[in-house]
Amino acid sequence: MVRTRYAPDRGLQARMGLTLFLLGLVFVAFVIALVFILAAFKVGAGAIIFFAVLLGGGLAFGSLFWSDKIALRASGAQEVTPEQAPKLHGIIDRLCALADMPKPRVAIAQADMPNAFATGRNSQNAVVCVTTGLLRRLDDNELEGVLAHEMSHVAHKDVVVMTIASFLGIVAGLLVRFAFYSELFGGDRRGGNNNNGGALPVFLIVLAVSAVVYAISFLLIRLLSRYRELAADRAGALLTGQPSALASALTKVSGAMSAIPTKDLREAQALNAFYFTPALKPDTTSLSTIFSTHPSLERRLQQLSEISAQLGR
Amino acid sequence: MGFLDTLLGRTKPVPPKLDALFSLPTAAITLQAAMEFTPTGTGSVCFRAAEGRAFHDIEAEVRELLSMGTDAAQVEVTRDSYGFTWLVCRHSSDDMEALVTDLHAVNTSLQDGGFGPQLLCTLVGFTDPRGRKLGIVYLYKRGTFYPFAPTTGEHRDNALELEVRGNIGSDLPIEPDLSRWFPVWGAPGL
Repeated sequence: MVRTRYAPDRGLQARMGLTLFLLGLVFVAFVIALVFILAAFKVGAGAIIFFAVLLGGGLAFGSLFWSDKIALRASGAQEVTPEQAPKLHGIIDRLCALADMPKPRVAIAQADMPNAFATGRNSQNAVVCVTTGLLRRLDDNELEGVLAHEMSHVAHKDVVVMTIASFLGIVAGLLVRFAFYSELFGGDRRGGNNNNGGALPVFLIVLAVSAVVYAISFLLIRLLSRYRELAADRAGALLTGQPSALASALTKVSGAMSAIPTKDLREAQALNAFYFTPALKPDTTSLSTIFSTHPSLERRLQQLSEISAQLGR
Repeated sequence: MGFLDTLLGRTKPVPPKLDALFSLPTAAITLQAAMEFTPTGTGSVCFRAAEGRAFHDIEAEVRELLSMGTDAAQVEVTRDSYGFTWLVCRHSSDDMEALVTDLHAVNTSLQDGGFGPQLLCTLVGFTDPRGRKLGIVYLYKRGTFYPFAPTTGEHRDNALELEVRGNIGSDLPIEPDLSRWFPVWGAPGL
């Protein structure tokens, strides 16, 4: 009987499963609520909802399909060949062989901010990107830890999962906007099959329901994102067998991240969901943690030291 | 990865496939007959050492095991610049079977200790009368082999590698995906 030292974290998986279930539940409740409201007020707003779903779906699909190109363009990264970056390619070659996965493309972004991200709709189109600031600050072991974390994102198909999970939020957000700007919810032009008094409440109710759904799904997506970061930390640490190297990289990068001027931070925030550590000022108040895409440094370090203890036994 | 694995964000560490190693002696004979490549008698196992006491103990155990064997193989341990450990075994060049047995002993020790997923590859060295070097690399996770022929500097002789593939393709399972034939520059034993 071969022992395994790579016990899965069932608690984390259960929490992630519950979060996904809740997201699905909110989605179903949202659809039922819309159908119910519109039926009750006899408003024919099917077209606008169809349009919101279509546009939301299109946005989600587009950002998924071109995720690699969008992220590379946004970060100004350039793909590099093995001749240009032999060390980086060498580390990734070995990680791919250890994890038995196809090799992603490798890119480097000219930026002093130490960070890394992985994107792409599937493992055949995946890109792993690191910044020059990261390459300069980390030693080889730490760099390997960061890359193993990013490759775990690829293996877990995090871009796909997060895009699909965000779809609900996108649709709800679009509906809020449509409801706000459009007069179509006013029943006047719909041939008078409902009275004038009904138009305003419908508009307000749809607005309120969509706003609530948007808020709840936003929080759930952020929660899911934090769980998936923890899962990637875990898988990455087990892949290299060096959780402490990843922990060391995290502390280095977090320390350097907070020392960066605010101007750069604002430019970088749009890309946060993909990053290894978010480009935000460290803020340890409890409210900010439920809105953040990444778990706190303490939480990540704690998990890594648990894995380290588990490997050493 | 299944659907549920994707949903729950989990990857299972990949266990190594060990048995295909034993087809190496046959391939060595073919290589010698067809291309005049003879084994150098050197083989190595490459793995990523995990941190902590447990792995350290197993590694020490393996070293002891190999140096105590009946025909006492020479064992050497080196770390490459990527942080991977190479256990190099040297035998006489005509004793491919003994070399493979030793390499297999390393694998099974790591596997039995619960560290099978840390195994990266095994490399067996060959050389021909013209002084060309050739490594046959075994990928543990894929269970496949590929040839690696370094020339001077960080260059590899792709033509030779493809020729070797043609010759030993029937003896060994060759890795079909060429992008996984990653270079192992400066691997000990080449």
